[in-house]
Amino acid sequence: MKSVAWFSEVGIADRPTAGGKGGSLGELVRAGIAVPDGFVVTTAAFEQFLEALEAKEPIRPLVEALDPNDLDAATRLSEQLRARVIGDPMTGEVETALKDALNQLCADQRPVAVRSSATTEDADDASFAGLQDTFLWVLDGASMIEKVRECWASLYSVESMTYRRKHGLPEAGVAMAVVVQRMVEAKCAGVMFTRSPTTGDKSVITIEGAWGLGSSVVSGEITPDKWVLGKITGEISQRDISDKHARQVPAPGGGIQEIENEAEIRSAPCLTDDDLQALRAIGRKVEKHYGKPQDIEWALDQDGKVLLLQSRPETVWAQKDAKAAPVVAKEANPIAHVMGLFTAGAKK
Amino acid sequence: MPDKSFALPSSIAVIPGTEAAQAAYPYFTQFVPEDDEKFWFYNSMHFPEPMHHFDMITAEAAYVAMGAFNTRVHVLPTAKGVDHRIINGRVYIGGVVVTDPDEIAERVAEFQQRAGHYYENWESLYDQWKVKMKALIAEAQALPSPSLPDYEPLETITEGDAVPASHDLLKIYQQQIEGYHRMWHHHFEFLLLGYGAYMTFFGFCKKAFPEISDQAISRMVAGMEAEIFRPDEEVKRLARRAVELGVDHHFTDDMSIEQVLADLDKVSDKGKEWLADLEQSRDPWFNVSSGDGFYHYHRSWNDDLSLPFAALPGYIAKVKAGENIERPTAQLIEEREQLVADYRELLDTDEDRATYDQLIELAHRVFPYVEGHKFYCEHWYTNLFFNKIREFGRLLLAHGFFGPDGVEEDVFHLTQYELESAIIDLMLAWGVGAGPRGPAYWPAIIATRKAAIVEWGKHPTPPALGNVPDAIDDPAINMLWGITRENLDRWLDDGTENPNELKGFAACSGVVEGTARVVKSVSEIGRIQQGDILVCQVTNPTWSPLFQKISAAVSDIGGSMSHMAIVAREYNLPAVVGTGLATVKIKDGARIRVDGGKGTVSILEDA
Repeated sequence: MKSVAWFSEVGIADRPTAGGKGGSLGELVRAGIAVPDGFVVTTAAFEQFLEALEAKEPIRPLVEALDPNDLDAATRLSEQLRARVIGDPMTGEVETALKDALNQLCADQRPVAVRSSATTEDADDASFAGLQDTFLWVLDGASMIEKVRECWASLYSVESMTYRRKHGLPEAGVAMAVVVQRMVEAKCAGVMFTRSPTTGDKSVITIEGAWGLGSSVVSGEITPDKWVLGKITGEISQRDISDKHARQVPAPGGGIQEIENEAEIRSAPCLTDDDLQALRAIGRKVEKHYGKPQDIEWALDQDGKVLLLQSRPETVWAQKDAKAAPVVAKEANPIAHVMGLFTAGAKK
Repeated sequence: MPDKSFALPSSIAVIPGTEAAQAAYPYFTQFVPEDDEKFWFYNSMHFPEPMHHFDMITAEAAYVAMGAFNTRVHVLPTAKGVDHRIINGRVYIGGVVVTDPDEIAERVAEFQQRAGHYYENWESLYDQWKVKMKALIAEAQALPSPSLPDYEPLETITEGDAVPASHDLLKIYQQQIEGYHRMWHHHFEFLLLGYGAYMTFFGFCKKAFPEISDQAISRMVAGMEAEIFRPDEEVKRLARRAVELGVDHHFTDDMSIEQVLADLDKVSDKGKEWLADLEQSRDPWFNVSSGDGFYHYHRSWNDDLSLPFAALPGYIAKVKAGENIERPTAQLIEEREQLVADYRELLDTDEDRATYDQLIELAHRVFPYVEGHKFYCEHWYTNLFFNKIREFGRLLLAHGFFGPDGVEEDVFHLTQYELESAIIDLMLAWGVGAGPRGPAYWPAIIATRKAAIVEWGKHPTPPALGNVPDAIDDPAINMLWGITRENLDRWLDDGTENPNELKGFAACSGVVEGTARVVKSVSEIGRIQQGDILVCQVTNPTWSPLFQKISAAVSDIGGSMSHMAIVAREYNLPAVVGTGLATVKIKDGARIRVDGGKGTVSILEDA
């Protein structure tokens, strides 16, 4: 297997090699949805790198020998292994493949985002695999390599290792893919649920957004604008425009920083009705492609084009759906249903 | 025990100076002490203005028919008819519910059988209904104008008929009253069952899709050829024809209609051709009332062309801009089918899909009646009815009954019973050969009643009277008036929350800010300017040609099934209905924001 795969070359079934995030971005490309261009550093790259590390000194056997209840030992081991993953020299072959891919992706020297892409389902939900493994506004090849290694190193965090030990997961299968993607200099960004987070209603789409990069919405640092749209009709039934005091923007030396919003945009909606309809159309398309409601991260670039950064199945209501009884009890004919209305008062 | 209540009926005083006018309403409509035990609400949906004494027949005939159908024809299990009372010219109603479990059980069995027959045979019964209704209209049209000759024509002798013309007065009057009652029976033959089927589908959708808008549901059900949309379609057609025939320049915002009609007749064959088109539209489609047909002064488009003509310049401008303003029926049907299929796909279980299929099919079956009946009943027939009474007014005026300064419209200050007595007075006088007593009797009474109507109109009307029941269990009242325990609580709470915000039913989504145009009666609709937000007690489907001018609509009364809500959704016009007090709280010219999705109206800046 190649150590680098372009988004168009992977799909959701490639989770074992491209990770969940990488696979789903590839799947979106296949479904004809615009995402920022990018590639996946596959688990093959990780395996190759780890193999080289283990040739010098073992890694996996040390994790397998770890007592998950011994926190001190876990902390010491984590420090040791993370230092090696981040610090030991990388094999030339992998490094060249990554840098070549980056040159191809960003011939214009534009920055990228580097995001971990875990191969196991539960890693998606576990808190340790969250935000800290997304690095925004990464400026050059050397920084990119560094961030990829940080993503890999997250496999050896205390939480991650003890979790694996407690669940008895074999180390042999443990690997991490990483997504490298052109950075969107977002005019505004946010999330979209293709059902109602409050009632579970599948006939509406809820969109939240704020100025600047989506990280401020995802992290909950600012109260985003919120809209509810009819999924099928497109009617906008709710608009809550909030006072958005700040936004996150690229920092000059790489990474991101928060700046105050100008007075005139603080209470202005960050999306137009046309933007909302464009998002709705994309939300429906993704949901149709997957056959179930989605939890989506989106951004609008400076030209107002909608790009998706992530889409994953909605989980909270999906669990309730599985147990769902019919909305009303079945009747042999419609008149029996109407009877219920006309006798409503009698049933108390 | 409810912790809040409205004033008791016995505590509502007759406004000083109007006692005689109040006493003239029929005895069975006067509040009595026992009425304090019941809950009453002001039927401002149908009767937003003080009642002329004759116009009370609209309430009386409708409640006779509705009661008979609920109680004895369809046998609704938990609801009988509604009682009505009048005070200070305002109509209050209260439902009669069935609470005895044995009686409900007995009524359930009856209802199942009866309603079942209607639902199963809906199309053929409705076809039959239209034939009946058109025959009733033809009967009313065939009634001659009442008149009294000096001498009977010779044919009375030669043909051996020998029943003099005075008898025809009584016959015409009584036949007209009888016909009006019959019309209301026809009206209620399908109404509750139709609403019931629709509301059942509505309720299912609200359960399956908790955040679905009323608008989306009604778009799934809406009929495409409903008669009530047709008058407006005819105005659009006439706008298109005016452009096609090259006579569109005659229609301007400040035109004199008579002048335009005269000019078109003179200018060219094209002008004559347009006039022929107009005639074609007028019969029958301009037999719509510019109000909702509940008051004698809600005249039809045929009697007063100003409403359709007011819409022509706007439509003509759109036609000339290349816009297709006529309803693309085939496309609308296709969209509706797509909508139904898309929502179906969102359901989780086979059971739900089966129920959905059953209910949407039934809703589609009943909806042509729900949308269409108003044209035949409240509009066409009612207009004929009031015009016939007007003819009696003309006759009585000619015989001096309304005094030297009287007008034919004065006839509407008499109750239907008084009018019959006046007719008999005239019959007697004509036969006796002496003067009638009416000219000395009626003018003073009419003057008192005129003054009372004006006075009543100045006083605010409590939205409800009596103790609020724990629940409003009357499905008929829920359906027709949108009265629920929740909105009664809202009415009671009014003013304790944000005084600049009103809440109502979210009838059609969209957020609009603009100038409020508070319109308290049909005669004021001329004041509406392009882009205004219409604020009224209740709007009416035949105001729809004006919907191209306004940017949103707000009403005091009406539920999600009210005609205003239906038409607003049809025209995709943001609307909030059933706010209770919009016409009182919002000042004409104020800047307001209407959120039709949330059902709120905010006063941004007072006028």
